[in-house]
Amino acid sequence: MLSVAKAKTFEADQTGNQPLPELSGAEIFVQSLVQQGVETVFGYPGGVVLSVYDTLFKTKNINHFLVRHEQGGTHAADGYARATGKPGVVLATSGPGATNTVTGIATAFMDSIPLVIFTGQVPLNLIGNDAFQEADILGITRPITKHSYLVRDVSELADTISKAFHIAVSGRPGPVLVDIPKDVLLAKAPYNSKRRVKLAGYKPMTKGSYRQIMKAVEMIGESRRPVIYAGGGVMHSNAAAELREFAQKLGAPVTTTLLGLGAYPESDDLSLGMLGMHGTWYANMAVSESDLLIAIGARFDDRVTGRIADFAKNAQKIHIDIDPASISKNVEIDLPIVGDVKHVLSDLIPHVNACDSKSWLAEIKKWKADHPLRYETNGPILKPQQVIQAVSEVTKGQAIVASDVGQHQMWTAQYYQFSEPRSHLSSGGLGTMGYGFPAAMGAAVGRPDRTAVAIVGDGGFQMTAMELATAVHYKIPVKIVILNNGYLGMVRQWQELFFEKRYSHSDLDASNPDFVKMAECYGAIGYRAHNSAELDEALKKMMAEQELPVLVDAIVDREENVYPMVPAGAAIYEMIEEDAK
Amino acid sequence: MKHTISLLVENKSDALQRIAGLFSGRGFNIDTISVGRAEDPSHVRMTIVTHGEDRIIEQITKQLHKLIDVVKVVDLTDMSFVNRELALIKVSAAEDVRAEILQIVEVFRGKIIDISPKTLTVEATGSEDKVDAIISMLRPYGLKEVARTGRVALKREFQGET
Ligand SMILES: Cc1ncc(C[n+]2csc(CCOP(=O)(O)OP(=O)(O)O)c2C)c(N)n1
Ligand SMILES: [Mg+2]
Repeated sequence: MLSVAKAKTFEADQTGNQPLPELSGAEIFVQSLVQQGVETVFGYPGGVVLSVYDTLFKTKNINHFLVRHEQGGTHAADGYARATGKPGVVLATSGPGATNTVTGIATAFMDSIPLVIFTGQVPLNLIGNDAFQEADILGITRPITKHSYLVRDVSELADTISKAFHIAVSGRPGPVLVDIPKDVLLAKAPYNSKRRVKLAGYKPMTKGSYRQIMKAVEMIGESRRPVIYAGGGVMHSNAAAELREFAQKLGAPVTTTLLGLGAYPESDDLSLGMLGMHGTWYANMAVSESDLLIAIGARFDDRVTGRIADFAKNAQKIHIDIDPASISKNVEIDLPIVGDVKHVLSDLIPHVNACDSKSWLAEIKKWKADHPLRYETNGPILKPQQVIQAVSEVTKGQAIVASDVGQHQMWTAQYYQFSEPRSHLSSGGLGTMGYGFPAAMGAAVGRPDRTAVAIVGDGGFQMTAMELATAVHYKIPVKIVILNNGYLGMVRQWQELFFEKRYSHSDLDASNPDFVKMAECYGAIGYRAHNSAELDEALKKMMAEQELPVLVDAIVDREENVYPMVPAGAAIYEMIEEDAK
Repeated sequence: MKHTISLLVENKSDALQRIAGLFSGRGFNIDTISVGRAEDPSHVRMTIVTHGEDRIIEQITKQLHKLIDVVKVVDLTDMSFVNRELALIKVSAAEDVRAEILQIVEVFRGKIIDISPKTLTVEATGSEDKVDAIISMLRPYGLKEVARTGRVALKREFQGET
């Protein structure tokens, strides 16, 4: 039986100059995961990886979660990684198993999430033969992985796995795929548990240039209207505490991207909430009127900038990012600082002073009062925004919340009061429907000490709902709140606003399943809520459940729209705030 | 503007795919690309000629840098560098024009490396301009086949004082 203890024995053997133990590729694989500190794997078996599954059968050190679809497994590993900061690990068989992971890999790649995906491959001598269950998964995933490997020799397996983990978590994190042929898993090689990763072409910079940092200090000193624009990089670098200290020392307001939510507490006066297409009016206005924009671990995505020529055009721009390629990619930067956000902010904080920003903050305060996020109630009918507020209250803003993609995602971003980093998980870059529920499940596995809630749409939930079986089987107490509008709501909103209400193929109402029964048929718990009394009751019961997944089907106002909104092609200060009357 | 980028890359089949994929995936231009073993057989040196606005060229070099297997990226354009291209040109060469062709080849310091009753195969090396020129001169005789390597380049060791 394989165990950590055995790995130690191996080392002892080596120092005793005895020959190294011979292990099979499958054993080396499992041993290497243990050595990397991997506790959790999301996977699905198949022909070429049976040797690995046989080894897992005999191992106690790794918790393998059998998912119901490899896409769900990849999203679960992604949610696990976002919630814990540790790399997510996926195991899939060759061919269809591997191709099922593609959407999950692309999702992780766009949001810089550290994943290591292991795929089985047909035996070396059959590669290229159109063999049974062969797919060129390296070729298919090359544009959506940070790096990838095909292991051609069992003697390279252990080193390759070390490299894969190193690459996935360091620098700008990202998914790394390791493709292992069946015969490599069966072949034997001496296993040396000691190794050093050497990669000549890979040396991410962590420390920012002192000269650039001092220039930033100067620019900050001159600013009267500073704004901090923080993104997912703050999370990756675990720099939320440094961001808070920095913002408060400067007295600079903070707006975050979708992936940056939680980097700065929204209850704080300096918080502007989210910026961009469905950001707050005052965040977008503050950015547009600022004289200094300090971008921290953010990448000037088009959903953030709106019409690029008019984005923060009165501001000098400082950009702190670990990826030099992100700098001046979309927007010209006056002062780049390449480095890890946590390092750079720690170096910057001792040198900066409070900005003379009193009148600027007063102006922003007025904007906040005059243009708050708002919605109108409609009798007893549940408003989707109201459901998010209720979830925020019942979880005291302390849950890990994974959203799917659509209107409910934007309402979650707007109305859930995030205060902690690694608390909001969402597919920002790729916008993958089907992400939310399995990601919340992965987060619940990785952080059993916290409540994990998936806020999903009735459309997207159905893309990965089969993972209910996984959550029930492993007793993962993930919560699911469906904002059930019977529409592909975000599509419907665009059809209403820009296609004269021609709701082409976006109405799901007649064909949606009974979600409560659906939960029950998997052995989960389901509640339905039509009004706020039912909602409060359902959420209370949802919070009380410790073992099983609970689904709350919240029937919401069908044709509510997400506002405010920057229409496509407009500048971010040209927001529509409500329906045309 | 044209840029000549020299890359030192780990000698792995996947590295070439990643580099080519980067150009196609991000819509960067490739004018020519040449690949061969570098001084150390575990590396290959690639010379890529591309064009685009400064902003795009900056993105190209940064994105190339990010690839794990790329060890070194140098944009030679603003430095002094040496470069050559090799072309093999198979041209129709009937009895009556053979002498003329030989004369052209002579002027361009080319070499005849194959001969048949109806054709000559010419080897020409030099800058792309020079290779373009000899090809244009030979075209009227009837080009059968042309194979060009694309530019290979190295930084000039003595950069001089200016
Ligand atoms: C896999 C995938 N397919 C299509 C889309 C396009 N899309 C974006 S939002 C949306 C509607 C989502 O509907 P629903 O899940 O019910 O959420 P709602 O907008 O109603 O809250 C669609 C189809 C997408 N983002 N992802
Ligand atoms: Mg919907």
